[in-house]
Amino acid sequence: MRRILEGASPRARVLLAALGALLLAAPFLVDSYVLSVLIIVLFFAYVGQAWNLMLGFAGQLSLGHALFVGIGAYASAALFVHFHLPPWAGVFAAVALAVLAGSVIGYLGFRFSIRGAYFALLTIAFAEFTGIAVAHVDWLGGSGGLFLPVSNRAHDDLANLRGSPTMFYYVILTLTAGALALCSWLLNSRLGLYWKAIREDQEAAEALGVPLFRCKMIAVAISSGLSGIGGVWYAFYYNNLFPETTFGTSHSIELILATVVGGVGTLFGPILGAFVLTPLGEVMTALTEGIGIDGVKPFFWGLAVAAIVLFRPSGLWPWLYRLLALGNGTRGGPR
Amino acid sequence: MLEVSDLDVFYGDAQALDGVSLRVDEGEIVAVVGANGAGKSTLIRTIAGMHRPRRGSIRFRGTEIAGWPSHRVCDLGIGQVAEGRQIFPSLTVAENLETGAMLPRARASRRSSLERVYHLFPRLRERAAQPAGTLSGGEQQMLAIGRCLMGAPELVMFDEPSLGLAPAIVQSMLAIIRQLNREGLTCVLVEQNVAVSLKLAGHAYVLENGRVTLSGRGEELLRDDRVREAYLGL
Repeated sequence: MRRILEGASPRARVLLAALGALLLAAPFLVDSYVLSVLIIVLFFAYVGQAWNLMLGFAGQLSLGHALFVGIGAYASAALFVHFHLPPWAGVFAAVALAVLAGSVIGYLGFRFSIRGAYFALLTIAFAEFTGIAVAHVDWLGGSGGLFLPVSNRAHDDLANLRGSPTMFYYVILTLTAGALALCSWLLNSRLGLYWKAIREDQEAAEALGVPLFRCKMIAVAISSGLSGIGGVWYAFYYNNLFPETTFGTSHSIELILATVVGGVGTLFGPILGAFVLTPLGEVMTALTEGIGIDGVKPFFWGLAVAAIVLFRPSGLWPWLYRLLALGNGTRGGPR
Repeated sequence: MLEVSDLDVFYGDAQALDGVSLRVDEGEIVAVVGANGAGKSTLIRTIAGMHRPRRGSIRFRGTEIAGWPSHRVCDLGIGQVAEGRQIFPSLTVAENLETGAMLPRARASRRSSLERVYHLFPRLRERAAQPAGTLSGGEQQMLAIGRCLMGAPELVMFDEPSLGLAPAIVQSMLAIIRQLNREGLTCVLVEQNVAVSLKLAGHAYVLENGRVTLSGRGEELLRDDRVREAYLGL
């Protein structure tokens, strides 16, 4: 907490405390519809945080993060369906496999100096062909999809992640808060400074003796592992997984859009972005419902996102940060 | 202190350095001069571990370091101030300096190094909380030098420290290098500004198309007809 608040004004502390309290109390304050929206908001905030660690901190663009989420989701779901392995155990397999996939991509990319857009293409390729492979594996449900047994239980079963939306809400809230704390700690660590140096100027970082390969591999490993955990939650919340929608590039884009809008490289960007984009989508749905033309909603939603990116290219958070004067002037910029 | 012998470096099939040998003694300033594309930056980058030589040896205090990764070379005490300053623009001045002192050899002396840098460049202390991208060109060069000094180096390779700076600032930059040298820092100075660097240097090497074509004491080279004709336009 102290690290997150470093450089923050008293006003920012009050705001953060208020936001935390509101989120904790939300299930008692809002109806089930709003809660379902909040759940999705927090999921995007969480995965956005994981993705941000790679691009925003370490400067490595991934456009295939659906791969890590998907691997986590499929691994834990398949183990649950076939062996009744509870998700708290399945999450270890999920993280291990996601980190393995991230490490393979990272190794190929960083050893053979595949940079920038080409590295991003590599991540897309891995996500796409994993999706195609999964569609051909019957054990994983094939192209027909993998379904988790849904049973109505009287009580929330946290160990098996079976239960009410309120339970899923608190799980994803905990994950999001945990990811925020972890990222904040990492950003202020020696490793975080190395990452920022690489992000700013890889050549200069190397000249100073920053071990490029090791630092970038660690970033990919942490980012993919966190995403894998998100995947476990995703599988058990939605109860169904389809290869194309899970591993597809459009899913990857969906996962990172909130962070792009909120502010890449900032700690609160992914959270703010998710809080803006998901409700915006809901409002668009409500507004365009009566028109009855297919594609009106994504059109206006896309327009709104384009406007945000056009007018606030470094994201909403840095702008809001200055607008509300959240800093106390000791730190360079918004965090 | 540093002995480079018979160094061959290639970029793909193109040879950038061809049998380059050079020697730097403790406490010296050695200048490497030559035209654009002669291989000066390649030489620095290869010594720093950012390029792997195809052939040849690089010995620092008797240890063979050719082919070592840059972080191990830095940790031995070889620093470099890269061409074009290469500061981290959105990090603050203080954070930039911190990135220079991350390796084991530098971490212990971080505080005293920082004091030394701030003493050397009081302007950096004033601007410590400012993003480095907002500094002027001269201040950025100070920052680049300061960041390198944070690593507690014993030998620093300066790649074109006067590039793109106003003449008055070039003079103060060179004065700083001279002062650091008097305080015990061994320097390798790579410059296109031949007259200035030869005046400053004990020994100097002239690099042409990846080969050392001339070497000797700085003042001698300044009087050499070939140097005067090719680099000084006299």
